[in-house]
Formats: sequence, C-alpha cells, structure tokens
Amino acid sequence: MSIEISREKCVACGACAVVCPGTLIWVDAAAYIKTPDNCWGCASCVKECPRGAIRLYLGADAGGRGGKLSARRDGALTHWSVEKPDGKTVEITVDSRESNAY
Amino acid sequence: MNERLTIEAIATDFLIIGGGTAGCAAALSFCESSASGSVLIAEKAHIKRSGCLAAGVNALNAYIVPGKTPESYVDYARADAEGIVREDLLITMARGLNAAAEKLEALGLTMLKNPDGTYAARGTRNIKINGENIKPLLAAAVESQPRVTVLNHVAVIDYIVRDDRVIGAYAIDLLKPVLYVLTASATLCATGGASGLYKPNNPGFSRHKMWYPPFNTGAGYAMGIRAGAEMTTLEMRFIALRCKDTIAPTGTLAQGVGARQVNASGEIYEQKYGITTSQRVHGTVTENREGRGPCALKTVGITAEHDEQLQRAYLNMAPLQTLRWLESGETPSVRNVEIEGTEPYIVGGHTASGYWVSTERETTLKALFAAGDVAGGAPQKYVTGALAEGEIVGKAALRYTASPPPAADLAEAESLRVALEQTLRRSDANDTTDALEAEMQSVMDEYAGGISADYRFSESSLAVADEKIREIARRAEVLAAADTRELAYIFELRERLTLARSVIAHLRARRETRWHSFAENTDYPERDDANFSVFVNSRLENGELKMIFRDLVKVGETYEH
Ligand SMILES: Cc1cc2nc3c(=O)[nH]c(=O)nc-3n(C[C@H](O)[C@H](O)[C@H](O)COP(=O)(O)OP(=O)(O)OC[C@H]3O[C@@H](n4cnc5c(N)ncnc54)[C@H](O)[C@@H]3O)c2cc1C
Ligand code: SF4
Ligand code: SF4
Repeated sequence: MSIEISREKCVACGACAVVCPGTLIWVDAAAYIKTPDNCWGCASCVKECPRGAIRLYLGADAGGRGGKLSARRDGALTHWSVEKPDGKTVEITVDSRESNAY
Repeated sequence: MNERLTIEAIATDFLIIGGGTAGCAAALSFCESSASGSVLIAEKAHIKRSGCLAAGVNALNAYIVPGKTPESYVDYARADAEGIVREDLLITMARGLNAAAEKLEALGLTMLKNPDGTYAARGTRNIKINGENIKPLLAAAVESQPRVTVLNHVAVIDYIVRDDRVIGAYAIDLLKPVLYVLTASATLCATGGASGLYKPNNPGFSRHKMWYPPFNTGAGYAMGIRAGAEMTTLEMRFIALRCKDTIAPTGTLAQGVGARQVNASGEIYEQKYGITTSQRVHGTVTENREGRGPCALKTVGITAEHDEQLQRAYLNMAPLQTLRWLESGETPSVRNVEIEGTEPYIVGGHTASGYWVSTERETTLKALFAAGDVAGGAPQKYVTGALAEGEIVGKAALRYTASPPPAADLAEAESLRVALEQTLRRSDANDTTDALEAEMQSVMDEYAGGISADYRFSESSLAVADEKIREIARRAEVLAAADTRELAYIFELRERLTLARSVIAHLRARRETRWHSFAENTDYPERDDANFSVFVNSRLENGELKMIFRDLVKVGETYEH
C-alpha cells in the first residue's frame, strides 16, 4: 500500500510532510513520496491535506484491486471517499464526536 | 547534499526520547507535578501523528470496569503471560489506568457513556471511544505547556553515558544536517517497541503494511543494550492475529460483533487451543499447518447495520481495511474475514519484553527511565498503561531534576560528528541499507522462528541465526547515506541488528516452550516450571551478552535495583 499525490491539486503547503510518522514526504513544487514502499498506510497525510490531493491504495501484492481512498475534513466530520475499480464512488462520513459502536 | 554536520548543544532538566503515548504523558505529568524545570521532547516524526497512535486506535483496551479491580487486571495479565510478569509493575500500572482514561476524556477524546455516566464497556476490560484523533489531542496538550520544547523530526541515535549514568543523548535532524548533543538531569526512553526484525507478511511492495509501526525500529532497546542496561523477557515475542493482507486489528470483529475463529470447514477451533493471546495465534498456525485452513473470523450473516458500523470503526483506526472491503465488494457480512499471524514484534506493552526497571520505572542505568512498549515486565499495557507509566515517570524524574544537567564532553560529540560525516561522504559501500535489512529479515524468518518457520526454532537454527546476524552487523558498519534521513535508516538497521542478537540469545536461554508461537522451541516443546519460572534477563558485558536468571516478583512483593 502507499499513497499517490496529485501534482495538479497540491499547493505545496507541506502539511502532509509534517505529520507523516515516517517522514516520507518531500515537498518542492508539489509534495511527493520518495519511497512508496516505506509507507505504513496510516492515512495521516490523507486526513491532513486541505486539498484532498492524496489518495491511499492497497498494493497488488497485498490483494489491492486498484481502489483509492481519500478524505476531506470539515470540523469534526471526516468525509471519506472510496473510488472503486469500477469507477463508482462510495462516501462515508465519520463524526469524531460519535464513539465507535464497537 | 552537504556532507558537513553542525553541532547544536541543548541542555534541559528532563529529556524525553520519543513523543509518543508514554512520552507525551510523562511531559504532562512532569509539568503538573512541578513548579519549574524544563522538558525537551526529541521525536523522530512529529508528535501530532507519531508512533502507535498515528492512525487512531479502536478502543481503550485496558480499563478497570465496574465490578473489577486493579488486582483482577493483574490476575488476567499474569494468566495470559503464563506467570512471567512483574506483579509490582502490573499493579502500579493497573492503578493508573482509569485516571489515564479520564485524562483523555478531559483532553477531548470522545468516550461512549452509559446512562449513569460511566464509560460503556466492550467486554470486561475495554471501553468504547472514537480513537481517531487521540494523538492530535495528546500533542495539543503537550504543545500548550510553556515549559515543554518539542524537537520534531529529530531521531535519537545514542545515549550519552558517564559512569553508568545517562546524562542525555545524541540525535540527528532528519530535515537539516544537524547533530544534537542533548544533556539532561533525567532522561526517559519512550521509543516504543520494535518491528521489522522479521520478514513481514507482505515482503514486496507492501512490506510496511504491518501492524506495529514500521518506524518504531527498536532504538530504545538497542541504545540500552549497547550502554549495558539490563533487559528482560525479549524471548516473549509478540505475534498478532490480524486481518489477512491489510494486517488490520481483529479485536473489533471478535469483541464488537462476536465473530469466532473458524477453519475452512466452518469449525470453531478457538476452544481447542485455549484463549490466551499466544494460544489464539498458535491455534490458527496449527489449523493452517495441518491443512484445515484458511482460517477466518466468521462474520457472514451479520446485519447490514453491523456491516456499516464496522466500515466506520475501521476508518477510525485502519482505513485500508474499509477500502479493501469496499473495493472488493466483499464486506464482512458477505465474506468471512480471513486472518493470519503477523511476523514477530518485540513490544513490551503487549508482552513483557524490555528494560528491567524499578517500580518507578528507572532502568539499571542511573537517571534513565523507561515507559510504554520499551519497558519490560508488565504486559497488557496498551494505550492507558503506557499513559500510566508515563505518569509515574513524570513524577519520579523530579528526584533528579533538582540538580542542574551535567555538561557534555564535546570531544566525544566531535568524534561522532566526524564518523557520521564519513558515512555521508562514503562512496565505497558494497551493500545498501535496504538490502541488508531484507537479508536480516530473511535470516530471522528462517532461523529464528518467523512466519515461514511457523514461528518455530531449534537450538541449531538459533546458532545459525546468531552467526548470520553478526555477519550482517559487520557489513552494516560500512554503509553510505546521501542525507540525514538515509543516515537515520542506517541507524535503524543497526538498532534492529543489535536487538536481533539479544532476541536470539533470549530465545536460546529459555529452554522450554511456555508460550506457543511466541517462543516455540522444538528442542524443548514442553513448559518446564521447575527450571523456567524465572525471568530471563541479559546485559552486554565486554561485547558479549551475559544471561541473568531472576526470580519472579509475586503478589505483594516489589523489586528495586
Ligand atoms: C496499529 C495499532 C493499534 C493499536 N490499537 C490499540 C487500541 O485500539 N487500544 C489500545 O488500548 N491499544 C492499542 N494499541 C497499543 C498501544 O497503542 C500501544 O501499546 C501504546 O500506544 C504504546 O505507547 P508507546 O509510548 O510505548 O509507543 P508510541 O506511542 O509508539 O511512541 C513511541 C514514539 O517514539 C518515537 N521514536 C521511536 N524511535 C525514536 C528515536 N530513535 N528518536 C526519537 N523518537 C523516536 C516514535 O516516533 C513514537 O512517537 C495499538 C497499537 C498499534 C500499533
Ligand atoms: S499514509 Fe501514513 S505513512 Fe504513508 S505517506 Fe501518508 S502519513 Fe506517511
Ligand atoms: S497537504 Fe496536500 S496540498 Fe499540502 S503539500 Fe501535501 S499534498 Fe500538497
């Protein structure tokens, strides 16, 4: 698994690079991950990006099928969106003020 | 890059290495318990999202629910570890669990409540929360303390030791060419446990899709081993039972919707092997080895509402699992969730591996404390236990911080700088850090009981492992780095190699099989209470590991150095 960053959407604010627990992201004109195979898949960068420029995917060697996960924060809400391989998108909103049911 | 390093010296009263769970708690506790004194946190990532809590956690796994007592928590942890625990450490930790949970709530963590205001329990020891933002909340609390300075993106590489006393640490900045000389009256090691010693479940592109953070590389253990600290129970490896491929936690499925472990023919096999953490792993390994796999958690048939709740719960802690369900269309109500054992980790917060500490969590090196996953003797700590230990150390450190920090020997720092610059300038390295890491992981996997060996090893396989690890360690002395981040990778590899040698020595010393899978010795397949109801400890002396066998510390007893 790893991330991909859209050079078009990225505004090089550096927020993702700050929070990555592995310090894996570099920023010049846009942010990029130098060694994608070092990514843990924690989604910290995805949730931090103000532009929704980062998408997380599961590597094919770990059974990934090409789907992409991104997120948009809106106060206590996180709007997750899963782009499925068939082009359809599923949105799930999670509210940090609500506890997990389990 | 510029292969020159600048030295920056900083003196503080209380140095915290690793701003994770325990490290943040210690900083807060120190500030609450004292009127003055400075704190410096050196964190290799950024405290907002570093270590185990980065992605979020699912529940608070250690809490004394109504009707239970700290003593009953100790009973549980002792039974799960088949007796090899320090009861003095467990009870002092257990007594701090509920206060730690309440503190998290005060910081803004969402907790599920019963109508009477108590926390809603999940099973008999867990409470339900929304743990996605647990680390940002802790970090904000730390950042608001005026006496705390945080050095983010700074990796500690070694202790500074004078006459058996730790007086600080050396560290490198991952973003700029700076070598820090940090001196302190008291130091806390809170670097977490270690992953990456063994070949992971997905050794290819997804090699870091592991359960334990791949960035917790065992620095704290290795620095302690090198400095001659006594370590305990490194042979009690932790192997987690996880969702296949994504290596996401399974507790939410087991405890949340009551999913049971079933083999390929649908038979519930968990009762056959016992319910301790290691027996659960062992059961799955055995079912697979004997041809009854693949094994799974039986989720087919759960309601649509459960299905949807699970997708949400995983987004709060292991979002790739939700991606996996949705991209394949195989959500848990449609397909059972296949499970597998992970590669072995060294994690003192789940098992009992780590520094041998006093009840105040001081190590055998003076003025050096340890808390959380890096501290030994007290398994089943989890988030609240790591916080409770940080809390204890934040107060205990005051014993040292009354006197000013000792001065560093700048000649030693200067020679370290020269050696590091040599690595940054080197052009004649035969090996790469990545290649040696993969080689180390293969050796540990094959000869020291990794996944492909069904976690089993023998005296002769461990002898081979030891020889090969020493050889890789020699080669790891000659590696090249283009910048300080690559320099840090070299240190991480060396840390893992140092720890691997100690793990092998511990596995060799416990000549019995007490915990299936965690330490499965094929030469000694039975538990041997007559000889091994003891702690296996070790200390590096003149380059060789000396094994030390110590008595258990039972109910009502305490151990002090
Ligand atoms: C994926 C996952 C899920 C979990 N889920 C739960 C759960 O739901 N409930 C629960 O109760 N427990 C859970 N746990 C367990 C719990 O999170 C840990 O036991 C606990 O957080 C460990 O705290 P720690 O302070 O020892 O380590 P960490 O919080 O990992 O802190 C270690 C810190 O040290 C830093 N560091 C490492 N090396 C260096 C160095 N050389 N220099 C400077 N800094 C360094 C790291 O970056 C990190 O910030 C989970 C653990 C994991 C890995
Ligand atoms: S998913 Fe996590 S590990 Fe991977 S790049 Fe983003 S922040 Fe770093
Ligand atoms: S957070 Fe988003 S916008 Fe900012 S640098 Fe990263 S990818 Fe670019």
